[in-house]
Amino acid sequence: MSTILIIEQILNGLQFGVMLFLMAAGLTLIFGVMGLINLAHGSLYMIGAFAAATVAGLTGSFVLALMAAMMAAAIAGVLIEVLVIRRLYATDHLDQVLATFALILIFSEGTRWVFGSFPLFLNIPDYFSGPVTLPGGIEYPLYRLVLICVGLLVAGALGLLITRTRIGIQIRAGKDDHEMIAALGVDISKLYTVIFALGAALAGLAGALVGAIQSVQVGMGEPVLILAFVVIVIGGIGSIKGALIGALLVGLTDTLGGVFLPELFKLFMEPSAAQASGSALSSMAIYILMGVVLVWRPAGLFGARK
Amino acid sequence: MIRESNLNALVLILLLAVPLWAVFNDEPFTITLATRAVIFALAAVGLNIALGLGGLVSFGHAVFFGIGGYAMGIFAHHAQTYTPVMEVPFLIEGTKSMPVIWLVAMVTSGFAALLIGLLSLRTAGVYFIMITLAFGQMLYYFSISWATYGGEDGLSIYVRNEFPGVNTLVPINFFAICFVILCLVVLLNALLAKSPFGLALNAARQTPQRVQTFGLDPTRLKLLAFIISGVVTGLAGALFADLNRFVSPTMFSWQMSGEIMIFIILGGVARLCGPIVGAVTFVMLEHFLGGLSDYWHIYLGALLLIVVLFARGGLVGLISGREIAHD
Amino acid sequence: MITTLSGGGAGLGIDVRDGFMLAIGQSGRNDIEVIIEDDQRKPDIAVQLADKMIQSEKVDVMTGIIWSNLAMAVIPSSVSQGKFYLSPNAGPSALAGKGCHRNYFNVAWQNDNLHEAAGAYANSADYNNSFILAPNYPAGQDALTGYKRMYDGELAGEVFTKLGQTDYASEIAQIRASGADSVFFFLPGGMGISFLKQYADSGINLPVVGPAFSFDQGILQAVGDAALGVVNTSQWNKDIDNGTNAAFVDTFQAEYGRLPSLYASQGFDTANLLISALKVANPGDADAFRAALEAADFNSTRGDFKFGSNHNPIQNIYAREVIKEGDVYTNKIIGVALENHSDAYAAECSF
Repeated sequence: MSTILIIEQILNGLQFGVMLFLMAAGLTLIFGVMGLINLAHGSLYMIGAFAAATVAGLTGSFVLALMAAMMAAAIAGVLIEVLVIRRLYATDHLDQVLATFALILIFSEGTRWVFGSFPLFLNIPDYFSGPVTLPGGIEYPLYRLVLICVGLLVAGALGLLITRTRIGIQIRAGKDDHEMIAALGVDISKLYTVIFALGAALAGLAGALVGAIQSVQVGMGEPVLILAFVVIVIGGIGSIKGALIGALLVGLTDTLGGVFLPELFKLFMEPSAAQASGSALSSMAIYILMGVVLVWRPAGLFGARK
Repeated sequence: MIRESNLNALVLILLLAVPLWAVFNDEPFTITLATRAVIFALAAVGLNIALGLGGLVSFGHAVFFGIGGYAMGIFAHHAQTYTPVMEVPFLIEGTKSMPVIWLVAMVTSGFAALLIGLLSLRTAGVYFIMITLAFGQMLYYFSISWATYGGEDGLSIYVRNEFPGVNTLVPINFFAICFVILCLVVLLNALLAKSPFGLALNAARQTPQRVQTFGLDPTRLKLLAFIISGVVTGLAGALFADLNRFVSPTMFSWQMSGEIMIFIILGGVARLCGPIVGAVTFVMLEHFLGGLSDYWHIYLGALLLIVVLFARGGLVGLISGREIAHD
Repeated sequence: MITTLSGGGAGLGIDVRDGFMLAIGQSGRNDIEVIIEDDQRKPDIAVQLADKMIQSEKVDVMTGIIWSNLAMAVIPSSVSQGKFYLSPNAGPSALAGKGCHRNYFNVAWQNDNLHEAAGAYANSADYNNSFILAPNYPAGQDALTGYKRMYDGELAGEVFTKLGQTDYASEIAQIRASGADSVFFFLPGGMGISFLKQYADSGINLPVVGPAFSFDQGILQAVGDAALGVVNTSQWNKDIDNGTNAAFVDTFQAEYGRLPSLYASQGFDTANLLISALKVANPGDADAFRAALEAADFNSTRGDFKFGSNHNPIQNIYAREVIKEGDVYTNKIIGVALENHSDAYAAECSF
């Protein structure tokens, strides 16, 4: 196995990781600040992708499509927050699970009702398509590099938002003590709505960006949702830094595991059996990673110790 | 308002009456539906032991449901192909006998619950939800790649397994078996809740320190509850496989874990008959809404949403009112 | 009819249903009652619906299932209860070989068929070093086996991906590094869309071969330019030159406002087979009805169609190329990959 291939796989793992981060960031904020388990986060991802595909189909502009994706997901996020979630902050996690599960059903079938049962078309814009040659002679798709950059930029911006701005201070305070910041005159329900919209917009953005290289279809959000939960649990709930590191860990484990485990097994098994058992193990790899992390640090890597 | 204990009796009587009515009106499919509801109810009652009594929100109970299912699938598969399950270190033959399969299902899921519980109980709250989910996903992907037993295609068993003295192929007989088991488990659950163990567990859920001062280990109490819960759900899995004469990795999927949990929430957490009411309602909704339109999931979602928003304490809470202390 | 009408894979079930109902409508017979139920692509629901069909509705003939795993859950027990089953899509090898049954008829293909044809096409196109990939589940393993059964060249690599995987960057990197001269893949549904888009964007120019499932009318529009020129194998295409097919394509488009897919043609053929058998015999007379089905005396959209000894089809499998007609992506036949092809399991079957 050549060095070039290994570097390329690491880039792939990074790219997968930063896209997971976009999903996980919103989820971990909502989870950390409001204590809400939002299963419907995957639906917001799907809404982003569908909105982008529709707008790209109408206007042909990828930038407009991305903006539409964020807008649509944010609007959907605010709607759910105001109509449903707001009534559930006081209740236990179980009611939230049931309510957001119900929302998944409504959004998935609603989308299918509006857009039909077949996948939609959304492609990467011409100016980002095709491969570029990196130093060292590695050919790598330009669009994936763009995804890595966008992901890291968002991560940086979120970091600044949390540490440097007024709203960031409120978010951090809200995580620690709801009553106290309410007493200090912060409109807590408005803060919640803003966080929800922000998280939703990020999910929508991820859906649109990833939708361009994958397929835009009903049900695309649920597998990503489960992975995003894995990410935030590994990273520690409520921590943006944890979400970033967790996302990169999951991305790299999944990608590299899929490549190297079968190779490893080939050392002592015949090729097709090694291929089958190696890929079986690699599909379990991230869950094993999560299990190990939680057994080692029960509140995730960067979670608050209680 | 109906008192909860009366409601419990009413639910069980109704659950028994409908299939009996179906026998006389020659509606065998209604019996199949009722059996499905009973088995789901059993799985949910199992989860409720961990969730309601122990406060352990397990998002991975499909593990036990699936293990039970595969215990049935593997043994019956070997019995129908006349091959042994394993030869080393000692010979195990396949079997078509339900009681034997149940025993295997219960022992293996109990053992799995012990292992998963030992690791998972190091965490709490949301982390516990997620680590149990992780175990579920591990087994899901494992079963998909497990080519010996059909992988994603699953295993088909051509004839339902046998129970001594009962013809299980007659739908109402199989229903009766499942119903009796459900009643026994509900009884067990009720006794458990009032037993010293149940009371200690209840205390451990609310304030662990209080239990510790009595010299009891709260983690050990929870582990025991988790194991009992896994055993019951495993048994339900074996019955479910027998109802369908088929097992597949979907029994391990996180959607399955979610559904079992939803039965409980829909019916009412920590209520004796909550899981049963929830499972029956869900199966009925699935059946009747499915006929309305291709997009029936929307209606199902809307109904569930209404229950969460307007019926605190689930359906049982809605009917019998009185909020029992459960947090 | 039990088929998938809601959730992720609903497109296929809807096409089979629409093709089937089109033929029933055209037959002008109003004595055929069709009961349609949605299996949600869940095996346990499918089994439950099969029980309902048999116990409550007392049907004579069953059809409709799309997925092999659902088929394996439903078909063996249904046919052993004396019902007839006509498969409009799934063709698991178990049901073609040792587990075959005299009441089970497959009107689409045995699962391996299209992959075998892809292997045969690879030979004729002089590919000597293929990189092959499929998801790690039984149908995926069958696909690679099927391809290798016919393909004579070397393998540059053989990869099993995760079921439901949507990112193929690492597989594509392996393809690039492998020195292959061609790529064969079987990735149904959304997986294939993702793979093709990412492959096209990677700048690798190796020819790609695959079975028709990833190049079907329904999903081609979502793949777009990335699919242009790809060769895929199918037992049907809308330009197969016969009267039945031309009429089918026209009437389907008029009725539903879209081009028919492979699945729609399979649903249409299944219904016509059923109608042809009903003209001769009543399902109550099982032996006569079975003989009528075996005769396959109907006009198939594929032209020649007959059943082998195991009730799986013997038919031509074509190589098609993806083209663009105006704004619509579609396929055009470029040759016959396998002529009058049967399947590898027929010899193992005895009723």
